[in-house]
Amino acid sequence: MAKYIIKRLGSAVISLFIITACIFLLLRLMPIEGYLGAGYEKMSPEVVQNQLRSLGLLDPVWVQLKNFYVNLFHGNLGISWIYRPNVPITDILAAKIPISISMGAAAMALALVVGLPLGVVMSRFKGGLPDKLGTSFIVLLNAVPVVVFYLIIQLYGSKIFGVPMLFSKTDWRTWILPTVCLSIGSIANYAMWMRRYMVDELNSDYVRLAMAKGVSRRNIMYHHVFRNAFVPMIQLLPASLLMTIMGSIYVESLFSVPGMGGLLVDVIKRQDNTMVQALVLIFATMGILGLLLGDLLMALADPRIKLTRGEDGR
Amino acid sequence: MVADMGLFGKSKVQKLGDSLTERLKGNLDGAAMTQAELDALDPSLFALAEYDAAAAERSGYSNYSYWKSTCRVFWKNRAARFLLFLLAALLIFTFIQPYLPNQKDDITIYYDQSTDLPLKNKLPGEEPGFFLGTNSIGQDLWARIWSGTRTSLFIGFVVALSQCIIGVGIGVLWGYVRKVDKFFTELYNIINNVPRTIILILISYILRPSLSTIIIAMCFVGWVPMSLLIRNQIVIIRDRDYNLASRCLGSSSLRIMVKNLLPYLVSIIMLQMALAVPAAITDEVFLTYIGLGLPLDMPSLGTLIIAGRAIITSAKLQYQLLFPCLSLSLVTVCFYVIGNAFADAADPKNHVN
Repeated sequence: MAKYIIKRLGSAVISLFIITACIFLLLRLMPIEGYLGAGYEKMSPEVVQNQLRSLGLLDPVWVQLKNFYVNLFHGNLGISWIYRPNVPITDILAAKIPISISMGAAAMALALVVGLPLGVVMSRFKGGLPDKLGTSFIVLLNAVPVVVFYLIIQLYGSKIFGVPMLFSKTDWRTWILPTVCLSIGSIANYAMWMRRYMVDELNSDYVRLAMAKGVSRRNIMYHHVFRNAFVPMIQLLPASLLMTIMGSIYVESLFSVPGMGGLLVDVIKRQDNTMVQALVLIFATMGILGLLLGDLLMALADPRIKLTRGEDGR
Repeated sequence: MVADMGLFGKSKVQKLGDSLTERLKGNLDGAAMTQAELDALDPSLFALAEYDAAAAERSGYSNYSYWKSTCRVFWKNRAARFLLFLLAALLIFTFIQPYLPNQKDDITIYYDQSTDLPLKNKLPGEEPGFFLGTNSIGQDLWARIWSGTRTSLFIGFVVALSQCIIGVGIGVLWGYVRKVDKFFTELYNIINNVPRTIILILISYILRPSLSTIIIAMCFVGWVPMSLLIRNQIVIIRDRDYNLASRCLGSSSLRIMVKNLLPYLVSIIMLQMALAVPAAITDEVFLTYIGLGLPLDMPSLGTLIIAGRAIITSAKLQYQLLFPCLSLSLVTVCFYVIGNAFADAADPKNHVN
């Protein structure tokens, strides 16, 4: 067990180092406009050279890479050039991260609160109307690109509930639609697997014995089947986390939520290289840590679980 | 037994026994044949059979054919059959649509003859000849949707095909050649740690946005899960006896891979391809949305949806968003359902009736 954890940690760290190096080196291939800010066209070549030198962009690549890593360890992500000129990126992010995290956490909680009972109800009425409705919902969510659902929720959700389409910090009602959008993929995932595990448990011998003994169906469901089916659900958490993180790129910019996902889309459109670098780095780190967390949780929860993971939500 | 007696009482058990006896008697009476029926039976049924050497040597045989059974099971799935026809019709229509009579061009801006103003934001059916209306600069939405579907399907098929070629090539090598197994496994662990969306964004950001760029970016992330799947299957069948025999008889590795291993994987590869097409179309929408996909003047489902999203606040013009969304959903649902039905049909366990 300890050996596995150490190996898994090592692989995550290696991945992190390689992906940061890749991000840094690849973004050096970009045109230099992204480092000079507005008014680039009017600068004379000497000014451009001077500015590049002062940024350290004319140093040998390995020196730049070393500086980049040193800065990273000091928590310094560089300075934005276009989005908000000459403002440290950490300052910009400090205002955005809390919103993203609270929305993501709310979405994941909502997914658990809705997805698990949905799966339980579907397995309880297996073959009946709730099961059929739920299954078609899940199939549709898996088949149709999720952006269609986001757009429909934004379009009709705002109309039906009389909620403003776009996010505003002061109005709590505007939190609802983006949170629902973020959680919808995870809801389908949870419900699908919960149903499957519940059905598996319901067909097992101990349930038949409990029924023969005359334990009430309700008791069997909630005290035996649900508890056993709940344990393997842990392995879905990282997939759900990833789905939420990657979904936030879409959702936050659709609803103009001032979080990191929306920011990423914004700075990509404006070609602000240092900002893109910092944000991609943060998203990659979160993804790597999420998967690591999931694998470790799984190893701790059930040592028998073969240490592989599905491709869901990636 | 004692507990039963306590529960039901003696008279009840007695009653039950009586009724069972009655029932049995009735059954026996009904089963007896009359003399006429006995006479009607063929007497040869009761004659001794001759010894037939050929019949004794005959072995069991079933005319089982894998592909025939797969097709039969697939055909039985009504939803999949319907969607297959729908998809075929959609594909054919997508490609012949520009050559049909009375079709508008997808990138021409149309003007009103009398006022010389562009025909902007005409609702479906409002202007004769524009079946789905026009968009915000006066282009025909009907033509644009078909043209966009064409672009998206093109991207989907090219990406699926190249993913499949790269993925199968690497997967077979990875699974069959033991020397490279460790290298590819480590490489996979590193790549798989990073969410694919991030790699997709990174590659498309560095390359200039265009059709070929996003295809390259998608191919780059797509082969990884495909090759892992192929590798796992190859490892399972690599050391079966027939491969061992083949190796002993001196077949080259290449021959074993192509002739012995790959035919086993055809159904898996086909399923993966069917699912790769909608995935690529979805990725195209995503990349275009974050500004790294196709240029906005080139019709594709992604650009159409984004153009429709821009005017989402105007309730009257929502058709410009809904029709591309509908087309996108239809195409992806078709591929998803057909792919999964095919995967079910390709599983030999489902071939038994």
